[in-house]
Amino acid sequence: MARTPIGPLEYTRRTWMRLTLLATFVFLYAPIVTLVAFSFNDSRRNIVWRGFTTKYYEKALGNSDLIEAFVNSLTIALLSTVIATVLGALTALLLWRFRFPFKAGYEGAMALPIVIPEICMGVAMLAFFAKVGWPSGLPWPLSLSAIIIAHVSFSFPFVAVVVRARLAGFNQELAEAAQDLGASEWRVFWDVMVPFMRPGLVAGALLAFTLSLDDFVITFFTSGPDTVTFPVKVYSMVRFSVTPEVNAASTVLIVLTVVLTGIALWMQFRQEKKSS
Amino acid sequence: MSSSGTAPAANSGSPIIEVSGLCKRFGSFSAVENIDLTIGRGEFFALLGPSGCGKTTLLRMLAGLELPSDGTIRIDGQDMSFVPANKRPINMVFQSYAVFPHMSVLDNVGYGLRIDGVPGDEIRRRAEEALELVKLGGFGARRPDQLSGGQRQRVALARALVKRPKVLLLDEPLSALDAKLREAMRLELVNLQETVGITFVIVTHDQSEALSMATRIAVMNQGTVQQIAPPAELYEFPASRFVADFIGSVNLLEGRVEAASGGRIRLACPGIATPIEMEQDRLPAVGSTGWVALRPEKIDITKEPPVEAGMNTVSGKVEEITYLGETSVYHVRIAPDLPLMKVSSANLDRVTRRAFTWEDPVHLSWTSSCGVVLDR
Repeated sequence: MARTPIGPLEYTRRTWMRLTLLATFVFLYAPIVTLVAFSFNDSRRNIVWRGFTTKYYEKALGNSDLIEAFVNSLTIALLSTVIATVLGALTALLLWRFRFPFKAGYEGAMALPIVIPEICMGVAMLAFFAKVGWPSGLPWPLSLSAIIIAHVSFSFPFVAVVVRARLAGFNQELAEAAQDLGASEWRVFWDVMVPFMRPGLVAGALLAFTLSLDDFVITFFTSGPDTVTFPVKVYSMVRFSVTPEVNAASTVLIVLTVVLTGIALWMQFRQEKKSS
Repeated sequence: MSSSGTAPAANSGSPIIEVSGLCKRFGSFSAVENIDLTIGRGEFFALLGPSGCGKTTLLRMLAGLELPSDGTIRIDGQDMSFVPANKRPINMVFQSYAVFPHMSVLDNVGYGLRIDGVPGDEIRRRAEEALELVKLGGFGARRPDQLSGGQRQRVALARALVKRPKVLLLDEPLSALDAKLREAMRLELVNLQETVGITFVIVTHDQSEALSMATRIAVMNQGTVQQIAPPAELYEFPASRFVADFIGSVNLLEGRVEAASGGRIRLACPGIATPIEMEQDRLPAVGSTGWVALRPEKIDITKEPPVEAGMNTVSGKVEEITYLGETSVYHVRIAPDLPLMKVSSANLDRVTRRAFTWEDPVHLSWTSSCGVVLDR
């Protein structure tokens, strides 16, 4: 049987396309696969494979500094995500709903944290907190406040951009219909606007969460001596040597973020399926 | 229930809506200009006009979604000019239907009652009744995107009617439906209105929609009301060239009024040999410019000159023929620099056997009482 000729849109049957695809996957996932594989390596060095073990997971879980850093990171990510999502959604609403002087300027200034190099943001935050004399040595969740504020300030523009894009497709007649049926502005917001914005809110929150969880540069500049986050802790461990313990801790983090993202996407999918 | 075509007991008691001196300006643009209007209880009232004439702005001001720049709106005797939409005894069916996509059909219909704090089981009962009324019984559990456009519109209708408003506003309700469904929906809306007895105010740019449904029509243009009249009066006695041209098809012959007395008007029209004589109560001033408005179906087209006396007659040549199935429209050249006269004639016989064809010389004739003379 003769092969059918390759159609104009059958890109996956072209060799160069397949090679590109393969290269992409290798560059994207080979490091991650290596990281996960060597977390089970029974060796103190990450160079040669010497057999399977899970002892570095035990070691990582037993490392109280690492666990503390991990809990700090999750707490910061959770709190900053909540604040950034609310702030970002309100910013998006403001930009979508109202016209005011210097709106274009405001919109640009609001989106600046997206483009400003992280290192500059970090230095700026450090200078700012030093200048205002932000108290250090506060009891636990409050000791994270400087980092949380820094994280909110660079992640809320991402939420705002995502929610703003979602709102562009909003049919104003939906809000007017609710109002016509007797709803106050407040009820219109909760009954019509929020359900409409929900996919944007979920996507924005996911973005803010991952941005916060893996941020190193800005956190490094704003964290005090006794508030260490997971990326900062890993960095300090790697400075001595890359042990499988670091691999194990990183693998746990990867699994956790993948699972959390999966749950969020599944919830959103279920929501959309319910409403369709 | 059937639509008898006669106006139901309209204008009984005090009017439900009184609009006076109403203006709406957006910057320097005047969308609605000094409108006075009264709508009676139980009327099916249509706001008709081309796009951009201000009809939707007027409707939105009645709903409370726009606030007037000037003037007052009284609903059931109460001044409601600046009362917000959620506090008016009026509900609206939006052009896009605006059915809430994240709620079931039943939740959509019950939404207004839930806002009002009606108990749950009563909401359910009344919402189901309303769905029954618009022939969507049993659709309560569906999601809006499982419905067709026509069904979504019924949900919007039920949702607005379930609150038992004093007035129901409909913004271009049939424009998104296909032609067959639109015809059926016209009759259904009229029947529904008779069943519930609520005043309906409908906005449309489709004259046949307004003529077939409304008890009275307000024709609007450039923010002002041109004429308010029942459909037949609007068609037979338009008040201006705009109305005559907008409602149906019309031939306008411009002329100078030579004589006007005793209910008879004589006009001299350039390009037409004999003066045109028309009968009318309202007489224009002698010497002024007037326009004879003639509907195409009221003009006779014949090969021979008409034998009866007292007919207005012009002769011409058939230039175009438009075949429309039940009728044909003949476009007749009566003078080199006058627009073609449109004459429609029923196709009583097969089209191959029709009496005239292109380039045939014909005579057009009409009685003095079958048209009107307009002065603006």
